[in-house]
Amino acid sequence: MIGVGKIKQYSNVLDKPLSRGKQEFCLQVSLSAFAFLFSELVQYNQTQVDNIAELERRLEDAGYAVGARVLELLCHRDKGNRRETRLLGILSFVHSTVWKVLFGKVADSLEKGTEHEDEYMISEKELLVNRFISIPKDMGTFNCGAFVAGIVRGVLDGAGFPAVVTAHFVPMEGQQRPRTTILIKFAEEVLRREARFS
Amino acid sequence: MAPPAPRTGDAVFANVERVNAELFTLTYGAIVRQLLTDLEEVEEVNKQLDQISIFRGYNIGIRLIDEFLTKSNISRCVDFKETAEVIAKAGFKMFLGVTASVTNWDADGTSCSLVLEDNPLVDFVELPDTCQGLYYCNILSGVIRGALEMACISPEPNFWCTHQGMCLVRLATHPR
Repeated sequence: MIGVGKIKQYSNVLDKPLSRGKQEFCLQVSLSAFAFLFSELVQYNQTQVDNIAELERRLEDAGYAVGARVLELLCHRDKGNRRETRLLGILSFVHSTVWKVLFGKVADSLEKGTEHEDEYMISEKELLVNRFISIPKDMGTFNCGAFVAGIVRGVLDGAGFPAVVTAHFVPMEGQQRPRTTILIKFAEEVLRREARFS
Repeated sequence: MAPPAPRTGDAVFANVERVNAELFTLTYGAIVRQLLTDLEEVEEVNKQLDQISIFRGYNIGIRLIDEFLTKSNISRCVDFKETAEVIAKAGFKMFLGVTASVTNWDADGTSCSLVLEDNPLVDFVELPDTCQGLYYCNILSGVIRGALEMACISPEPNFWCTHQGMCLVRLATHPR
């Protein structure tokens, strides 16, 4: 068969090595390929729902599955199987490691909410998934960043920090496109556990 | 002024913005999972997945061709053989970062196979027993079909996926 020489065939997908070595281009696809794929994800879901809330929920569910797998992959590959048990630890893991692996850069900022104890916000000037998307006026506050919110929720849930995660547009002065903020609201049990630790 | 020389797939890929392939793989998995959840009967799933994937892939293909033509400066292909080569080398490389090889030409040169050995769409994917007949990467055949139709060829791509994740696209065109 043509070209089989160097590629080792693995009988079981679980035996494949997780990293592909130093071949940088093997680990990447073009941004447009991803943008096309994501736009089809959104368009397909638009045909399946009647309202915006349902669409956001479906995008979030899609992201949740991605997040759960990303957590497993990164814990094994980048963190040497160490678990995060503290709130700030998992937040900085999401803000730095997860963002860096998925989007090529750390998130722009991580803030604690001022009004509520259980709220944290990760902000990004332009989310990768939103880059080629414009929201029509009649869709109101819909944000395709719901997919990323789902990813974050998947990571947090898998790590034992259940939370409600949503994506919002925050208009910025002097900038044409609004900033996107991922709002994370942790469940009661997480805060109680955190209080017991400190 | 002479037209700019066509750029090889590698050169174009080095110049486009890139994202992590794992994000791409996981997003595609999410799409397939949603389709499987929405269409419950396995037989229905296979039938509909072919159509729906082709439909979705087709939508991608008709827009992807514009970007491909702009960025790669490829001149018009003389015949179908050249078309297949261009898709395999420049097209796949530019978007997925991997090249395909063109094999199995039939006698009159109207159909061939594109073999993808290292397909980012199927990384670490295993099909469960209930979905063994699923053409997981069928979106690729839709993309190629859409792109070629916009470039004024009417192909009939069909798709197979082997167990080891090497993917075959069978391209056939009408004899002139």
